[in-house]
Amino acid sequence: MTKLSSKHLLGIKNISREDIDLIFSTADNFKAVINRPIKKVPSLRDITIANIFFENSTRTKLSFELAEKRLSADVINFSAGSSSVKKGESLVDTVNNILAMKVDMVVMRHPNPGAAMFLSERVDCSIINAGDGAHEHPTQALLDAFSLRERLGDLTGKKVLIAGDILHSRVALSNIFCLQKLGAEVAVCGPSTLIPKHIEALGVKAFLNFRQALEWCDVVNMLRIQMERQDIQYFPSLREYTMQYGLSRQLLDEVGKEDIIVMHPGPINRGVEITSDIADSEYSIILDQVENGVAVRMAILYLLAGQANSAN
Amino acid sequence: MHHSMESRSLLNHESLNHTLDRLAYQVFERHLNVSELALVALQPRGTFLGRRILSRLKSMYGTEDIRYGELDITFHRDDFRRRDEMLVPASTNLDFSLEGIHIILIDDVLYTGRTVRAGLDAMLDYGRPANVELMALIDRRFSRELPVQPDYTGRVVDVVTDETVKVKWSEDDTNNEVILFSSTKHDEVK
Repeated sequence: MTKLSSKHLLGIKNISREDIDLIFSTADNFKAVINRPIKKVPSLRDITIANIFFENSTRTKLSFELAEKRLSADVINFSAGSSSVKKGESLVDTVNNILAMKVDMVVMRHPNPGAAMFLSERVDCSIINAGDGAHEHPTQALLDAFSLRERLGDLTGKKVLIAGDILHSRVALSNIFCLQKLGAEVAVCGPSTLIPKHIEALGVKAFLNFRQALEWCDVVNMLRIQMERQDIQYFPSLREYTMQYGLSRQLLDEVGKEDIIVMHPGPINRGVEITSDIADSEYSIILDQVENGVAVRMAILYLLAGQANSAN
Repeated sequence: MHHSMESRSLLNHESLNHTLDRLAYQVFERHLNVSELALVALQPRGTFLGRRILSRLKSMYGTEDIRYGELDITFHRDDFRRRDEMLVPASTNLDFSLEGIHIILIDDVLYTGRTVRAGLDAMLDYGRPANVELMALIDRRFSRELPVQPDYTGRVVDVVTDETVKVKWSEDDTNNEVILFSSTKHDEVK
């Protein structure tokens, strides 16, 4: 298996276990590349990539841009705040205008679920979803799983807890699909207002009690409360949320988890979902996730660019 | 492999061993100072030759201390996006700097010269060598597409385009052989 099954990366739901394995083995090679004195390879030197961000992003955008530059691609950046989108241009028109300038691939973040798929059906180039509303964030899930695989090896039977604002999280959904495809067991935990109805239909356990959930898991992935997506009040106060669902050293000591792995996709709200001493502790692989993000994105760009030529 | 394909042996195990001895002696003859020498074998197939030359040089120079690295050139190839199959990268194991030292680049079959060009490019990531020489076990000299010539050659083979030269390395090093196939399967062409 040397080829991805799709010419786009729209979500984890529609890629296969073999695709994930291929991305990981390619990312292993790129991780070696980015740890060399000269961190750059010429593979994509004749490719132009547009990073189109209709929503704010720091980490994902920087990570994609670095990955593109380390592959020697030409990069153009676009953010909705400073563009004609404000003047009423449609998504397809915006992207087609960019493609008319001979762009080969598009990395897109958009506030609407399904935006990446919508675009992939209407324009003729590879689309990489860098987050579409509360739907999917496939590259984040892949780098999370890649980082876990580095620590744990095979993920079969490993128990991963995703805690926090599940309802508004694209990271949660992509992580659920990705971890399940790799054989892990997944559970979510949060206040009942932030757990989607019928989430058990995805084969996911749902905990309301954070302490019980911690006792169950090998790995905990802490999500941020997405205030910007919350139109109504989902819990009485941040202070109360922190008391019930915040991860602290005291709580980990009480539960007696000495070899737990703590993840966070960022940005961290220190003192809300996670205390500083845990975020910076030996349990945390948060900075590994960031480093691996570049290698995993290089692998995805490389694999999609390589087959764009022969794809039908 | 197709059964009707004709094949003939160019080098059997014994003569291949003599050739490997000679190649190692030629390196030994040209390079007096082993501390300024490094072998860099190209992944994947150059490493079989590289490891065998390395073990011979260790006994000739009387030291275990010879720099040896394996270089993957996948990300430096010039046919990315120009072929139907994806290229699967192998690992690079090169834990020393090439700055200012003498390099012998090693591959098993020298064909178009494009792999060597990519290898020279990939090597630059590890420093600027004093000079680079090229060793190839088999030189298909009429198939070159770039101006690349070997400094150490095991055997020159003049073959027509639909013939393939394959070097078979056995795991236990007891039955190595160079074979000429006279009808080509695409994936065996170097």
